[in-house]
Amino acid sequence: MLRKFLDRIKPQFEKGGKFAFLHSTFDAFETFLYVPNTVTVKGAHVRDGLDMKRTMIMVVFALMPCFLFGTYNVGLMHYSALGETAAFWPTFWFGCTKVLPMLIVSYVVGLGIEFIFAQYRGHDVNEGFLVSGFLIPLICPPDVPLWMLAVATAFAVVIGKEVFGGTGMNIWNPALLARAFLFFAYPAHMSGDEVWVADAASGPTALATVSQGQAANLPDLGQLFFGFIPGAVGETSKLCILIGAVILLWTGIGSLRVMLSVVLGGLTMGLVAHAAGATVATPWHQLLMGGFLFGAVFMATDPVTSAQTNWGKVIYGFLIGVLAVLIRVFNPAYPEGMMLAILFMNTFAPLIDYLVVNRNIKRRQRRLKLKEVKN
Amino acid sequence: MEQQQERDAWFSAKNLKLITTPLGGNNPITVQVLGICSALAVTVQLQPALVMAISVTVVTAFANLIISLLRNTIPPRIRIIVQLTVIAALVILVDQVLKAFLYDVSKQLSVYVSLIITNCIVMGRLEAFAMANKPWPSFLDGVGNGVGYGLILVLIAFFRELFGSGTLFGYRVIPDGLYEAGYSNNGLFILPPMALILVGVFIWIQRARNKELIEKN
Repeated sequence: MLRKFLDRIKPQFEKGGKFAFLHSTFDAFETFLYVPNTVTVKGAHVRDGLDMKRTMIMVVFALMPCFLFGTYNVGLMHYSALGETAAFWPTFWFGCTKVLPMLIVSYVVGLGIEFIFAQYRGHDVNEGFLVSGFLIPLICPPDVPLWMLAVATAFAVVIGKEVFGGTGMNIWNPALLARAFLFFAYPAHMSGDEVWVADAASGPTALATVSQGQAANLPDLGQLFFGFIPGAVGETSKLCILIGAVILLWTGIGSLRVMLSVVLGGLTMGLVAHAAGATVATPWHQLLMGGFLFGAVFMATDPVTSAQTNWGKVIYGFLIGVLAVLIRVFNPAYPEGMMLAILFMNTFAPLIDYLVVNRNIKRRQRRLKLKEVKN
Repeated sequence: MEQQQERDAWFSAKNLKLITTPLGGNNPITVQVLGICSALAVTVQLQPALVMAISVTVVTAFANLIISLLRNTIPPRIRIIVQLTVIAALVILVDQVLKAFLYDVSKQLSVYVSLIITNCIVMGRLEAFAMANKPWPSFLDGVGNGVGYGLILVLIAFFRELFGSGTLFGYRVIPDGLYEAGYSNNGLFILPPMALILVGVFIWIQRARNKELIEKN
């Protein structure tokens, strides 16, 4: 029935039709509801029916466990801070009242801007923002005022993406850019001691405790792993992040190289920092605290902004891990280093690729010369 | 080096154009991309930005005038050092005037007043225009470029002060009601990167409206 309706109104949006100027808007909705007619059938880049929209939807599926648990956790933190216990559904419902408005604001603002630009430039709207818009509420504290979220989303989409030519052209991960904007623009709301835990009370997150160096207050590893702790919506439960990672790897969207090398880099630097006595947190704490794993699985692997070559991915990931822990340990102003580490390495990803490719070219030239000499 | 110039009326169309083109189509900041450093440094608030704009305008205008008067007597080989001496003398004058009459602002601007010497716009106009033109057109060219620079400076400072501190010229313009409703100042606008982003946005808007400015490559 929907198909029929779309087919009936379609001529209006084709060239010469009444609403031809709204063509890209129509196209976006049509292909969102149905697989587009123009899926690449053959060619080097995409070898099956998996177009960008399906890719993006898979990432959203992978994020679902984090999202659902995060929503529940928001409610749980609220009731536990009040000293009450509530049944599962009321808890979950309270989380929804906090998280869903963030999701809606992020999507409405981001997609709105994207549609306007696509319309204006005569591009097609593509679904890059589907994931970014989902990530933004997941990496922000649940109490961030909605208008701040809207401003940050607008900034990320315009300055982070549209300036460079839209989806696929961006240098930085748009969702992280939104968070970075919030972090620098409204620091009081974003991290540190005053960050939101529940309506009634605010207290330090695990990272803030560690940066103050109180070894006795170190959180329990199990608690960190399952995620019944205060923090941004999506980052708390490492179990759900691992489920998401499995989905991403199974569908071939996320890169195992990047994920593993980020973890390896974090562990190495965590070990060094711990051994040198610069921090009370063990490497395992570094791995499980804050947004480290969330960033490693969902942010660092962003195919647009990460390195493209195999060795490049390893270097890129490893340096993200190292930098994240480095910033956490040695810069007390930024208790969470993951965001800055990923943005920083996003900037350098093209350079890393360039060096890797050049090295390969040189190696092959040398091999070729060797052959010629032998002959 | 000397170009033959016909005698024009003082405010002929040709001379007026010397003032108007640097305001838009050939703006020192958004088109020639000069003087960015001070545009980032002094634009946190409107008042210092305005003072800076006026200072730079005075320096470019009079440096252009003096160099243009001297242009036939300066040996080409040492012209840069002569230009620098003139600029430095003017900047010291401006600095002293600011210290005498606008001490607070002078404190805020700190080292950036003396750094006008290194502002590429001043030197650039001397080399590109004053060395080859008569005094009056050179003076106008200096005024035009100084004002073109100042315009962008004041625009940036307007947005940075409005969103970063909620004030304009130090007076609170955002009503208390908004703060009570949950509004808060945007700390990013106080940080220098925001000035860079704003300059970028201005360049973007200008080029979107004026297609001639888009580089072909």
